[in-house]
Amino acid sequence: MRAIHYLQRYWQLYIMLLPVIAYFFVFKYMPLYGVTIAFKEYNPFKGVNASEWIGLDVFRNIFAMEDFYTALRNTFLLNGLDFVFGFPAPIFLAICLNELKFASFKRLSQTLLYLPHFISWVIIGGIMYQLFATNYGIINLLLAKIGIAKIPFLSDSSYWLVTYTSVGIWQSIGWGSIIYLAAMTGINKELYDAADVDGASRLRRIWHITIPGIRSTIIVLMILKIGDMVDIGFDRPYIIGNVMVRDVSDVLSTFIYRVGLQNSQYSTATAVGLFQAVVGLAFVLTANYVSKKTTDESII
Amino acid sequence: MIRNRRTTWFDVINLVIITCCVLLCLAPFVHIVSVSFSSGSAITAGKVFLFPIQFTTEAYSSVFNDKSMLRALGFTILLTVGFTLLAMLMTTLAAFPLSNGKLKGRKAVMLFIVFTMFFSGGLIPEYLLIKSLGLLDKMSVLILPGLISPFSMIIMVTFLRTTIPETLHEAAEIDGCTHFGKLFRIVLPLSLPVIATLALFYAVGRWNGFRDALFYVHDQNLFPLQLKLYQMVVNNMISDITAIEGAEMKKTISESLKAASIMFATVPILIVYPWLQRYFVSGMTLGSVKE
Repeated sequence: MRAIHYLQRYWQLYIMLLPVIAYFFVFKYMPLYGVTIAFKEYNPFKGVNASEWIGLDVFRNIFAMEDFYTALRNTFLLNGLDFVFGFPAPIFLAICLNELKFASFKRLSQTLLYLPHFISWVIIGGIMYQLFATNYGIINLLLAKIGIAKIPFLSDSSYWLVTYTSVGIWQSIGWGSIIYLAAMTGINKELYDAADVDGASRLRRIWHITIPGIRSTIIVLMILKIGDMVDIGFDRPYIIGNVMVRDVSDVLSTFIYRVGLQNSQYSTATAVGLFQAVVGLAFVLTANYVSKKTTDESII
Repeated sequence: MIRNRRTTWFDVINLVIITCCVLLCLAPFVHIVSVSFSSGSAITAGKVFLFPIQFTTEAYSSVFNDKSMLRALGFTILLTVGFTLLAMLMTTLAAFPLSNGKLKGRKAVMLFIVFTMFFSGGLIPEYLLIKSLGLLDKMSVLILPGLISPFSMIIMVTFLRTTIPETLHEAAEIDGCTHFGKLFRIVLPLSLPVIATLALFYAVGRWNGFRDALFYVHDQNLFPLQLKLYQMVVNNMISDITAIEGAEMKKTISESLKAASIMFATVPILIVYPWLQRYFVSGMTLGSVKE
């Protein structure tokens, strides 16, 4: 009786959820079934279902592939560089912006600094090639004018890593600072007044008040970032990367695309994807656990 | 937060740092604009830095005379508008029931959705699914697979739970308002800020999206602007780079044409940027409120 009464009141909400559940079922859960081809010899004529099971052979194969290890290493390498250089950059910027005296200049700078976040990687890639290209890029043309030899920013592996990291900072520094600026507004103003009374210098105020005030935000974001180490976007390494620097630019996402869609080795690419998803999930869960233990904040 | 203080060397250095950041942030755009308005000979001579040299609009007239470019623009606008409307509809259909604390099974559905944020089948199973659904080379492949972003949905659920008072729900129920009526007459009008924010999230994502088109679309008529631009500009530049270093390569497309094409795809974003900026920043803070 109660159930009928409940349904009379709430059936419409379930109707609304129907298309939603259907969407997630079809586009997010059905591919999970397709993952089985990581354990099969995929035959396009037979389809996912009828292809033959071959156990862990595909995984044995990929663990014997040199390219797989390169892609795995590069994923950690590029994410690691982003972590070491790209992670502190917005914190530094947020502190500078927070110390800025002129409110209108602060707002203007913020507005301008957020812009690259909204630009697609295709456009950033296009702009970047015009800036950094060895033969006609403006930077090398300017260097040539002051007598410095051309620098292969895009075609030499070590320089490419520098380019990749800097472009990443350029794109995300402004946007990344928002969350720290928000955290800074939560700092008790009286602390600063007390520091003034004690005659603390600006740097000491930053060190003893601002940074401790955003420490928990920093720690949570840092843990999140470490949890995402195995996960790497496709657009940035794919667009900025090129054949000349493949030894450092080929990451798991681009490797899967190349092997799977371009070379049609479906089972191999699926297995690499599954490996990445499982390791990625383990990283995220561990990060979440650590976050809970250390800061009492959990993401999941 | 800093009041009644004298300007010190600290402020000066800080001002210089921020100014440098802003200039570094803008310089690439300014350079591209200058290149797009400059003559070919000035560009290859390395004269164009932050101002156009030998001003010409030739590059733009060839972009606007390129039918495929205009078609890609029109297609992308249509795609973005269609996608955004549908995505907002679906996200609302998900968020509204899930924001109702009395709904039984709410937690299970939430888990069903949130799980997909942390584990996915990966590119190939998704590709095979899309192929078996017959969606390859269809416009719908650029719309359907991304209709609900769990992240956006959670933002909306949080918004609805925190800003619409329970008493309003009760009053509507006493007046005999159905849930559909409540959604359209009460909740949506009160949710305009979050709707604007999420619609912009979706629209920018779709406008800038490139990967799905690269994977699933091979028909040139269905190329969104980003993929078109990638093929025309980035690919061309990569082949320039990979050509033997130092050798004078023969250019198929002039630098100014590339720059003009880049601007062609960037200007629409710049036009909506004031709104984007405002709503995205508020969206960031909406998202940080935990349920």
